[in-house]
This record gives sequence, C-alpha cells and structure tokens, in this order.
Amino acid sequence: MFFKRRASEKLADELLQANMRKAKGKFVDARAKSVLEFGNWEPLRDYAAKLRDAALADLDAYLVEFEKNATARGSVVHWAETAEEACEIIAKIAKDNGVRKVTKSKSMVSEEVNLNERLEAAGVQVVETDLGEYILQLAHEPPSHIVAPAIHKSKEQVADLFTEAHGKPRITQIDALTREAREQLRGHFLSADMGISGSNFLVAETGTTLTVTNEGNADLVTTIPRIHCVIAGIEKVIPTLEDFACLVRLLPRSAIGQSITNYLTLTTGVKGPGDADGPEQMHIVLVDAGRTKFVGTDLQEMLRCIRCGACMNHCPVYQNIGGHAYGWVYPGPMGSVLTPVYVGIENAGDLPNAATFCGECAVACPVKIPLPDLMRKLRERQFEGHLRPWPERLGIHAWSALAVRPGLYAFAMKWAARVGSWLGGRDGLIHSLPGLDGWTKGRDMPAPSGRTFRDLYRERQGRR
Amino acid sequence: MSARENILARIRGAQGKPGAEPTAADLDRVRAVIANPVTGPQPAFAHPPDLLVQFLKECDRVGTTHAQVASDEGIPAEVARYLAATGLEPRLVAWPAFAALDWASAGIAIESRPARGDDRTGLTGSTCAIAETGTTLLLSSPEQPKVTALLPETHVCIVRRSRLLGTLEEAFALVRRELGALPRSAFFVSGPSRTADIEQTMVIGAHGPYRVHVIIAP
Repeated sequence: MFFKRRASEKLADELLQANMRKAKGKFVDARAKSVLEFGNWEPLRDYAAKLRDAALADLDAYLVEFEKNATARGSVVHWAETAEEACEIIAKIAKDNGVRKVTKSKSMVSEEVNLNERLEAAGVQVVETDLGEYILQLAHEPPSHIVAPAIHKSKEQVADLFTEAHGKPRITQIDALTREAREQLRGHFLSADMGISGSNFLVAETGTTLTVTNEGNADLVTTIPRIHCVIAGIEKVIPTLEDFACLVRLLPRSAIGQSITNYLTLTTGVKGPGDADGPEQMHIVLVDAGRTKFVGTDLQEMLRCIRCGACMNHCPVYQNIGGHAYGWVYPGPMGSVLTPVYVGIENAGDLPNAATFCGECAVACPVKIPLPDLMRKLRERQFEGHLRPWPERLGIHAWSALAVRPGLYAFAMKWAARVGSWLGGRDGLIHSLPGLDGWTKGRDMPAPSGRTFRDLYRERQGRR
Repeated sequence: MSARENILARIRGAQGKPGAEPTAADLDRVRAVIANPVTGPQPAFAHPPDLLVQFLKECDRVGTTHAQVASDEGIPAEVARYLAATGLEPRLVAWPAFAALDWASAGIAIESRPARGDDRTGLTGSTCAIAETGTTLLLSSPEQPKVTALLPETHVCIVRRSRLLGTLEEAFALVRRELGALPRSAFFVSGPSRTADIEQTMVIGAHGPYRVHVIIAP
C-alpha cells in the first residue's frame, strides 16, 4: 500500500479534482439541513450508540438467536471466517443450483471479499444493478465511496462508458443516462437465477435481513430470482425491529440528508405457501473476515458503524484525494480504522496518519464512533511496533526527552525561537526547513518572533 | 471446528466469557431484551396533532402525489382521473382485493394478477401508512404480490384512513398484533424510486416506479 504516492497522483489528477469539487459539500449541506429539522438529534445519537454497544456486548448470543429465528423461517445461515470462505460458500450455492446469472444490489462486504471475481471465475455472469456500481463494473473500477460509489466520475465519463457498452448514441443528460441504465438492466432483473444483496442490519428478533435503498434495484434483486443470497458482516446484528426504526432515522439523514430512503425492504425467510413472488431459497452468509479482531479491544467502538459515509463526506482529506487513494474498499476515516485492522497495520501504515484530526468525522458520526481517538490508538500501536520510519521515531523520542525535562526544554526553546526568527529573515516567513521540505514545499511557515512564550509571560507578569 | 464455532469462540474469548458458545443465561438475557422492545427518541413531528396533514406533507416532500375519496366506489373514478391527467393509458394490473370495483364504468381495463416487466400501471393496497415519513407498508401474501408495486412505471396505492399511524414502531406493533410475525417481505415505500449516483444529482425513476400516487379511502 503506497498511500502517499497514490494521494499525490490523485491531487495531480485534474479531472478527478474537478469531479471532487463538484461533489464537495452536497451531502454535508443536505445532512445539516435534515439534522436541524429532526430536532432531538443528539439524544438519538446517544441512544443509538448505546444500542449498538449493547448488541456488540452480547454479539455471540444475538448471532445465535438471529440464526435460530432465520432458520425457523426457512433461511439457511452460513458462517464464513474469511473472505475466501464467504466466496466459496456463495460459489457453491451457485454451482449446486445451476446458476448462470446473478443480479447484485450494492454490498460493501461483497466488495471486501472480492465476490464478483470469484463468481466470474466459476463461469457465472454477475450484473451489478445499483447505478453507481453498474457504472463502475463497466469501468472495471472499485467504488470510491461507500454510499455513492461512482462519486469520482463525471457525467461525460459515464456517457463514454455507456456508449461503448450499450452501442447507442452518446447522451450526457443525467436523467437520460439513468433511463438508459434502467432499460439495459430490466432484462437482467427478470432473467437472473440468483440475487445477491447485502443487509444494512440483521434483526435477531425475527431473523430478518434488510436493505435501505432509493433505486428499487435491491427490491427486484431480492424478489424476482428463485434464490436470494445475503452477505453480511457479523457486527450487523441488532436485537429488535424497534432498534431498526431508531437506526433508520439516523442512516439516510447522515448519508445523504434524506429523512427516509424510498425503500426499506425487510426480507424474512423464503416465499410463503401460495405467494406470488419471492425466492424459493434464502441463504444468509455471516462474514467475520477480520471483524472479531476488533471485539474486546480498545477499538471495539468501530463495530458500531452503520456505513452511512458521513465521516468521509466531512473529511477534508477525503474531499481532496477521493476514495481510491486509500487503497482498499473502505475509504475516509472509517476506512483508516477498518483497513489497518482487516489487512494488518504493517500493510496500511499510512492510513491512520491520513487525517488532520480536525474531529469533523466524530461530530458527524451517527453512532458517535470516536474516529480520531481510534486513529490515534492505531498510531500508538504503530509507534510501539516500530512500524513508523526512523526519522519520525527519532523525532518523537527527542521530543519526549525534552518534554519531561523543563530546564532543558526552556533552553532548547529559547534557541529554537532565536534560530527560527533568524531563518525567517525580513518577511518573517520560513520558506524551507532542512529535513522537513515536504511540509514547506507547499507553504511557508511563519517565523517565531525570537522570544518564547515563557519569556513574554514572565515579562507581562512583572509589569503588573 | 466449524467456522461457526470458531467465530463464536473468538468473540467469547475476546470478551472474556467462558466457553465456546453462548450459555443458557446469555440467551435468556438477549431474549428478554427482544421480548421487551424499547422505542428510542422520535422527532416531534412523528406525533403531530393531525396524522393526515403530516402524512400528506411528507408525501409532497418525497414526490408522492395524493387524492382522497369518500368511499371505495370512488376509487375507479379517481384512478381514471389520475391516469388521464398524467397521460397514461387506462389499463391496470391490480391486487385481487380491488378487482371487484366497478372499473368498466370508469373506462379502465383491469387485470387481477401480479405485474410483469412490461405492465405500465400497478394498483396495490397497503397494510398501513406512516405519517412521520410519508410511507406506505406493503406486506407480501398470495393476494399481495410485491412486484405490482415495483415493476410498473406507475404505482397507485390505496391507503385506509383508519390505518394511518405515526411511526415505524407503531407499524411493527400492528404487524405483531395482527399477524404475529413478519411475512416474507415487508416493503416500506416512500415515493417514486430515485438515484443520485451520477454527480449527486437527484433523478426520479431509477429501477422502480417513476410515479407513486396514493389514494386515501375510508
């Protein structure tokens, strides 16, 4: 993972920068408006954070209860420890049932485990049906945002992809592009053998899986094919339908500023006797793939996450580099906590450092995950594991040696202030710092006045 | 060891709980939580002085059009008016519950069957409606195919005035009370389908209906 190099490339990518500028603020403003309208938002966040913590405290028991109630309704519950296992289970379901075509609604877990690749290798045609995911499937790119996967693409880029894939005259109006995708995908919805969806939550009370969506594609995917397969992380389990009602007041508002999405679809088991529609087989694959590494640790709060994307929408780093620079499925602050734990901190060391610690993500998070604190804890782990570059470690050691010796600190600061002032020259700005040119390349540092805070404080005390 | 056993054991080990599976006491504890569902904080507008006013306000917001009729006999005429005003042909697929109304007099051809991919207008009922968000709830059953609300470009939905509730929680309580359990599909619809996946620009009509028209009947 070479975050720094990728981030530099993204900053230099003019088209991406233009697309990111267009997106900037839209979700943030819409969220702010709907939060204001709601009224008692903070009590709701507090309540939801507690609700998620309580579910996680009894995670094993809720999963077993979910399994029992789902099984009673004819669903088959599978457990996968790893990404590979999850793919194997679903590929086997497809093979055993002679599945040739799969329609998919958006699922971040399926991106995480690389499900499409595995199914395609087994000769199954996979059709992404969420508009954003469909665009990215044509572009052979991963999503760059967990809610708006194609946020980095302009309508002109979408038009190019559609022209090539559909062999129709090029159009660039957004509503016409949307209609073209609808027409292309309708036939797939009606002819697929298996539908694969994620599940925003798993309701233990009823053994229910569910999708929170706007497009209606998840509803077609979970209703029309003869097999419905759900792939979901184990942390998604909640106790009751009332808990869902609470969380769904937070989710669309935090994500895109909608009070509710067009569709909430709760699916419980297989087609009932005499039912006109619904699948004959229902499979639910519960995926660990790194989630238990958070359980019982000082990072467990991360498992509260309801995947709204508010943290990335509000992140100044994400806003400038986009999602792909983060190098894996989950971008932004939530990704900077998830990815190092899922793939190993030694493989994603830059991510917890890809933050300004402005704190916006923690303020926007609907379930109050202290994201900056969690990133700080990961930085500590890196430092303790000697995983940061030696100049940085040396610097931190030097700083801590100074900070615990007041006399030495005062002496060093006095000289630093003088040298800094001297470096500043006539305009009072330091244009380059030896060894820190990465920092001064893009900006000047205001030079110190030549005297330390302590000197000035002592002087003013004396004056009184 | 199966994946299930490993995952459960890992969770318990990490949380300092003995054994590899939840104990009877653990399961009793979570079942007690489940048996006594608790409602979280709700917005003030979830409990408005007039449910209908709030419901219609939210319908307007999500792009659902609406009309009211004095009795079921008025439904065909309202549907005919709506289809004509919207420039749609007077042809419907409908849930069987509405097949017996006098459609012929209103000049509407109706078929009582689940919708197919090429049907233009679907007519359904609803189990209840929710004022907080302008939402209708459709439960699946042999007489209530979900596809009729989903495949056609226009969805006309009948809402009973007496089944208008404040919140999602009230809807879940009603389903528990009347049916005991959720059916295969519980489908909460709030307006026509939409997407903002291209340049965060909202477009009405993604994969579901372009239009949702609610008719409120007694």
